[in-house]
Amino acid sequence: MHQMAQRIQDEFPAGFVGATEWRGDVAVTVTRDALHSIAEFLRHEPGMDFDYIVHVSSVDWPDDEERFEVVWEFYSIRKRRRIRLKTRVPESDCIVDSLTDLWRGADFMEREVYDMMGIRFRNHPDLRRILMPDDYTEGYPLRKDFPLRGKGWRDTFEFLDEVPQ
Amino acid sequence: MAFEDQRTTVYKVDPEHPESKTLPTLRTEELLLNMGPQHPSTHGVLKVILELEGERLVKSTPVMGYLHRGVEKLAEDGTYHQFIPHTDRLDYVCAMYNNFAYCRAVEKLLDLKVPDRAEYLRTIVAEVQRIIGHQFWVSAQALDIGAMTVFFYCFRDREILLDWFDELCGARLTTSWYRIGGVERDLTPSLIEKLKAFLDYFPPKIDEYQVFLEKNRIWLGRTKGVAVISAEDAISFGLSGPTLRGSGVDYDLRKYEPYSAYPKCEFSVPVGKNGDTYDRYWIRMMELYESVKIIKQCLEQMEEGPIMADVPSVTLPPKQRVFTNLEAMIQQFKLFSEGFKAPPGEIYCGTEAHKGELGFHIVSTGGSKPYRLKIRAPSFIHMGAFDHMARGYMISDACTIFGTYDIVMGECDR
Repeated sequence: MHQMAQRIQDEFPAGFVGATEWRGDVAVTVTRDALHSIAEFLRHEPGMDFDYIVHVSSVDWPDDEERFEVVWEFYSIRKRRRIRLKTRVPESDCIVDSLTDLWRGADFMEREVYDMMGIRFRNHPDLRRILMPDDYTEGYPLRKDFPLRGKGWRDTFEFLDEVPQ
Repeated sequence: MAFEDQRTTVYKVDPEHPESKTLPTLRTEELLLNMGPQHPSTHGVLKVILELEGERLVKSTPVMGYLHRGVEKLAEDGTYHQFIPHTDRLDYVCAMYNNFAYCRAVEKLLDLKVPDRAEYLRTIVAEVQRIIGHQFWVSAQALDIGAMTVFFYCFRDREILLDWFDELCGARLTTSWYRIGGVERDLTPSLIEKLKAFLDYFPPKIDEYQVFLEKNRIWLGRTKGVAVISAEDAISFGLSGPTLRGSGVDYDLRKYEPYSAYPKCEFSVPVGKNGDTYDRYWIRMMELYESVKIIKQCLEQMEEGPIMADVPSVTLPPKQRVFTNLEAMIQQFKLFSEGFKAPPGEIYCGTEAHKGELGFHIVSTGGSKPYRLKIRAPSFIHMGAFDHMARGYMISDACTIFGTYDIVMGECDR
């Protein structure tokens, strides 16, 4: 196991679920409850010092019991290394802690995850849709059960068949 | 510093002033103003709701998504090769860099080694694209501020490079020249000659752009001390590229995580001090000189060799062989109909595009299509810092502040 993952496991034995290292990327999976404290550890602990948030992403695994996976990618500008933090969320209780208090850039990134996948973020200052329209009612487009063509909202748009003379 | 005052001073009515007594009905209230989505300076379709006190911005809320085409959803429906043309349409000003970032990400997923000549070709074309991107930025930013001449001078030189792209791959903007495992075709002697001629022609032109702007009082007044962001805030917001380097952080993936032919070239990364629009402008101008240096070194060092990795299960066969050889034709047919199978796993790969870090996060379950593909678009992440950077400035500065990120809405909304 990578030493960073080992360090997280030592500090948070209850919150640590697993770690992988593949193609040079270190990924640590943690429980949802321990997420915020582990993120705070990554941000402020001098040995970690992950001051830069790269992106927030989400993956839908419809067959799993905990359906959604939220993925954060952090970079340490001083130590020049990356880490990926992952946590799983069930569909029935689709909420995780927001990390906007640790990285201000997380604001828009988390809004995008909410908009596309429908995962809500606790303590987010302004959790609204960001790319889809505010009155969009078809759900969350990047979920796997959302058809590529959409759910028919666009078919209700009125078009003129021909230009009136 | 004189510029700090501009940010902190708020003009209020003095009740003791004799003139204010003659205006008994005077009252102040906040004004809400919609800027866009059809405003000419918003670089596409972007709406910003501005809360104003007089002419000062109190709060600004970007409203995005007018150009959302669901690229990430489309990626899940096509093979890895089929997504390359979609990346052209992200940042449509600089398509080559998007192709590059995507192909690098897939190569990382496949653990594919690209031949040396292809790496040099990729670096050369990426740097040509960086020159185009920075020329486009300076011309658009100057036009927003009102300096029209620079726009024409930049576009005159940009046209030479777009014609060069046309000769290289048959398209000026939506290029799709990069391939997974290499590049689509080699530089011809005529292209190399034209590029060398351009490299001799171009550096004096950069000086020309600078003369137009750096001696221009309006340009200096509208860029110096505007949209200031400290290094700490810039890192916290996840800014990247010249927008972050303007604040004095030398974060450049070409140096931090060297890739392609960059480790074999000598170049420096210009870093600003004040974190204002002027420093970001200066960085982009200096990067033009650095790009010229990188291209020259690549042209010197480049040796003959294959331009595509030879992994028949993944990479496309050369076009000549497809028409003459049965196996190559079958290979081509299979790759375009069902694609190749990527190993199950998850990667993130960031590339230093001219706007900032353009990254692809790909989750594969072992199929021929990405299970999930997430694009880390610098324009989108930069817009997150807009409210913070615009507070206290004037309405007329708003368009120069999203100009300073080099924002392209195609990439922002995806």
